[in-house]
Amino acid sequence: MRKGNPWLSVLFWVLLSFLTLFPIYWLFVISVKPAIELFSTPSVWLSGDLYWKNYADVLNDRTLRSYMVNSLVISSGNAVLCTTLGFLACYALSRFDLPGKESVFFWTITNRMAPPAVFLLPLFLLMTQVYSIGDFKLADTRIGMILVYCTFNLPFAIWTLRPTLDGIPKELDEAAYVDGASPWNVISEVVFPLARPGLAVTLILTWVFAWNEYLLAATLTNFNARTLTTGLSEYVTTTGTNWGIMAAISVFTLIPALIVFSLVQRHIVAGLTFGAVKG
Amino acid sequence: MQSKFLGWALLAPTLLILALFGVVPFIYVLFVSFHQWNPFGANPDMLFNWAGNYRKLVFDAQFLASLGVTAAFVFFAVLSELVLGYALAQALMRDFPGKAFFRTIHTLPLIMAPIIVGSVWKLMTTPSIGIIPNILSNWLGYDLNIGQSAWQAFATTVIMDIWHWTPLVTLTLIAALVSLPADPFEQAQIDGANRRQIFWHITLPMIRPAILATVFIRMMDAMRTVDEVLMLTGGGPGSATRYVGVHIFKEVFPRTNYGYGSAVSVIVLYLTIVVCWLMYVGLIAPRNKGKG
Repeated sequence: MRKGNPWLSVLFWVLLSFLTLFPIYWLFVISVKPAIELFSTPSVWLSGDLYWKNYADVLNDRTLRSYMVNSLVISSGNAVLCTTLGFLACYALSRFDLPGKESVFFWTITNRMAPPAVFLLPLFLLMTQVYSIGDFKLADTRIGMILVYCTFNLPFAIWTLRPTLDGIPKELDEAAYVDGASPWNVISEVVFPLARPGLAVTLILTWVFAWNEYLLAATLTNFNARTLTTGLSEYVTTTGTNWGIMAAISVFTLIPALIVFSLVQRHIVAGLTFGAVKG
Repeated sequence: MQSKFLGWALLAPTLLILALFGVVPFIYVLFVSFHQWNPFGANPDMLFNWAGNYRKLVFDAQFLASLGVTAAFVFFAVLSELVLGYALAQALMRDFPGKAFFRTIHTLPLIMAPIIVGSVWKLMTTPSIGIIPNILSNWLGYDLNIGQSAWQAFATTVIMDIWHWTPLVTLTLIAALVSLPADPFEQAQIDGANRRQIFWHITLPMIRPAILATVFIRMMDAMRTVDEVLMLTGGGPGSATRYVGVHIFKEVFPRTNYGYGSAVSVIVLYLTIVVCWLMYVGLIAPRNKGKG
């Protein structure tokens, strides 16, 4: 849209990247130091032999591997569920003349406002005792965690997708309806392609929120659905924290997140179809 | 234009999930908030005590102080994130070599769990063994001690929050910016508008809903921050960084004071809803109505 020297932009982003990356670099530094060196005067640069044992310990830990799988399943399932339901809900809020829809829209976000600490207890009671089908209880299951994470991710999806859907001209839907399209066709073939950048960003961010959640996972899971973030906290003990292992696990958690990011980010590109409607 | 039935049908799954996992627990918390209840205390039973918890919190100096520091924290953090995030989103709208690469780098802080962010920042800023106090005192002769100086601890939590969450603002604003139609901008350029005019009269009104939605999300997340700050400062020194989320956590977990913690949660939730509702009615709803 605007012109300027592209290499100035590159220079700016390189400098900014140093600031952005420093804490992540430091995480790596901690992960390759023996515990004793953490308490000496630090230096910015890595020197001497790197201490890879933390990584070997993490890789050999079978429990952590199952935590990793749980984290992946739960956050991917939750992100897809929230983005889909949020997209459908926003289509209804944006296109239908429903009584009280603005209140419903506002009410959804109030679910995200609750301070988490106190709500852990009722959720725990509900999931261990109330929400069950026969012998199947929601507590400590992946599906249970996917549903619980909706309390903060679904409102988020609805609030980030609403501006996107409101920005897509209604004339496009109406033209499609005139041509005899069903609502499902309109949603999947007219609105969906235009909402793609917004959907991609929502998918990434809901995934990240679910991937990083800690308090709920720590309370509502025991073993079967335990996630990586809770695995991390198991190294914070009363006798001291094993920072090296913790940092090594943290570095591992970055890898799947990076893969998901690079897969989804490609869809954040301008939709070209807007020229179809002249204002 | 369409049958109302279809509209509600599209909303139904969302409403059902939020009712089961949002409203039902809230009713429970509301119920507990009218009781004196410490399951691990001298008397583990739930005792109904009318509005006793609420009467207590109005005079609880620690709680009132935590409301004040939370407001300051939210204000400084969210305002900086909005300005920075918008500037960076605009910068990423230009074409330059390696754009996708830098965008990914810039989003990396987001993929770190708050509990990890808190730990790393704690290790970086601990006096005498952290890298940042060392650099600051060796190169600039500045003393950073977040264990003692209240305002330094406060500033560090704000900077940590900015580092962690600016990418979220950038990403949501990029999504809004790339969805803008090109026509108005081309027309304005033909008409000879300068960049500032284009920003105030075209870009800003068009992405206003996205900006407000983002500010809302960031505001309410900042208000209930727990893990990061708990890891970094533990709420101290004194109560300099004892934000309401941290305050409630400390009331519920180490002290298992469920009745009182529930009352504080209900009030904090109520205050958050009121603040957000006023902003919503004042800023967002008029625009939606105008559009019909």
